[in-house]
Amino acid sequence: MWRTGCAKGCARGIPMTKTALSVLTVLASIVVIWYLAVAPMNIRVALDQAERTGAAIDPPSAVERRNISVWTLMAQNREHIADGYSLERPRLPTPAQVGQELWRTTGEMVLKGRTWSKRSLIYHGWITLQSTFWGFLLGTTIGIVGAIAIVQSRVIEMSVMPWAIISQAIPIVALAPMIIVLSSQVGIEGRGFPKALISSYLCFFPVLVGMVKGLRSPTAEQLDLLKTYSASGVQRFMKLRVPASLPYLFTSLKIGIAAALVGAIVGELPTGAISGLGARILIGDQFGTPLAIWAALFAAAILAGVLVTVIDRAQQMLLRRMGMRS
Amino acid sequence: MTTETAIKAENLSLTFQTNDGPVHALKDVSLDINKGDFVSFIGPSGCGKTTFLRCMADLEQPTGGSIMVNGVSAREARKSRAYGYVFQHAGLYPWRTIGRNVRLPLEIMGYPKAEQDARIKKVLELVDLAGFEKKFPWQLSGGMQQRASIARALAFDADILLMDEPFGALDEIVRDHLNEQLLKLWAKTQKTIAFVTHSIPEAVYLSTKIVVMSPRPGRISDVIENPLPADRPLDIRDTQAFLDVAHRVREGLRAGHSYD
Repeated sequence: MWRTGCAKGCARGIPMTKTALSVLTVLASIVVIWYLAVAPMNIRVALDQAERTGAAIDPPSAVERRNISVWTLMAQNREHIADGYSLERPRLPTPAQVGQELWRTTGEMVLKGRTWSKRSLIYHGWITLQSTFWGFLLGTTIGIVGAIAIVQSRVIEMSVMPWAIISQAIPIVALAPMIIVLSSQVGIEGRGFPKALISSYLCFFPVLVGMVKGLRSPTAEQLDLLKTYSASGVQRFMKLRVPASLPYLFTSLKIGIAAALVGAIVGELPTGAISGLGARILIGDQFGTPLAIWAALFAAAILAGVLVTVIDRAQQMLLRRMGMRS
Repeated sequence: MTTETAIKAENLSLTFQTNDGPVHALKDVSLDINKGDFVSFIGPSGCGKTTFLRCMADLEQPTGGSIMVNGVSAREARKSRAYGYVFQHAGLYPWRTIGRNVRLPLEIMGYPKAEQDARIKKVLELVDLAGFEKKFPWQLSGGMQQRASIARALAFDADILLMDEPFGALDEIVRDHLNEQLLKLWAKTQKTIAFVTHSIPEAVYLSTKIVVMSPRPGRISDVIENPLPADRPLDIRDTQAFLDVAHRVREGLRAGHSYD
């Protein structure tokens, strides 16, 4: 069990150039498909815009174009396909446009000294990150404590585990507004707490399941050994179950932090929040600025990547100290 | 060698209830093991030799008869940490270094830190693993891991050593070497050893007493007092005396094996 972590170590055995090459190949394919998709996605908007500037379009009016497929439109108006790649409000922005928008709302803001401006994704990302952090902390605590209780007691397992599973079947978007309404009813002002609660709701489950598995991972022989020493329950827990569970815990934490981020973003959607990545997505939708949505989505993805990487590094450091091959 | 009894089993029975009906792992087993004895248990799979050992260790609860260890019940003996147990697989905790694996029982039993260090040093020297204290189990060969697990069982003051096929998974060359070392260790430490094995030469080479067991129901079919001298170089296995004992063990195994 312990050495299955080799997957990481083995991956490192592959030459860096080869790993980089395969990653870049996938990335390149995504970018190519994306660029190809921009043309059909934006053709209608591009033609509408061209029509306003007085260009000859076939068919000439938007109403007539409505029932014609994008493929036909593209075939009949080849010279306007390229317009779709430089629209101000595209249905599907190009990767370059998303990159520019990301830069405009992050790096450029920093250069201008407006890092914490309401238009800066760094500001919004920080708001979401805080909720993610508290949600992660709360969710992880609930998950670990729950797992310990479940492993210690058969009764708790039978009474708690079904609810934990059912909880994940309820869509969080349905639950989020209720959490916000209810927490304001009990006098909790601000969105920090309900957002953290929604975030923890998604985060606790993978931690709970992973920790139950981890705490139960010691073999019968490992348990018998402690019995021959007449070890106490606390000793058995601290010296065997806890260290045996750590690889499982970290794997769960990586899933948990990503879930916590999703939870925090979802928590920002129905709250009428004006700050946070979720709020940017919602506002972008309401004001018809897809670029803002895409930039916020990418900011969230980058944030998730960073968070998971941080935990992954912590895992590698700890497991190496615990003698796992690396 | 004193004639004090270390382990005494009387009419010991253990029946497992399974879906296919009861399985008599042990039935009316009686045996005395004297202090300082090296007793081997040999027999085919399912003869109850491991179950018998686990009863001595209070890891299984007999359903009939009684078993006394050092004059008290197996449970009390376990509570007073009367024995060290060596499992078939070394069973070292992979997240602990060799030194910290040996330290595990000492931590649990609450030895002072300085004494823990001294004992770890002593037993690792005893099993020829001095200098490997900071290695992790996976950095050691199977034979070395098993030696470390023996060191772990020797680290605290138990005068009984229960060994469940400790060398079963090792190749013959390593096994010969470890057998030789184990005999030296036994001579040095004066412990009472109960040793489960599948191998006739191993049983004859190591033991002062060989208990031949047979299955369905698990029972003792022969108890052989080994006439070989205490000092046993490895090539004693080529002598006639050795072959005679081995022959008797083989006869016992054949007689006890029911083919019905």
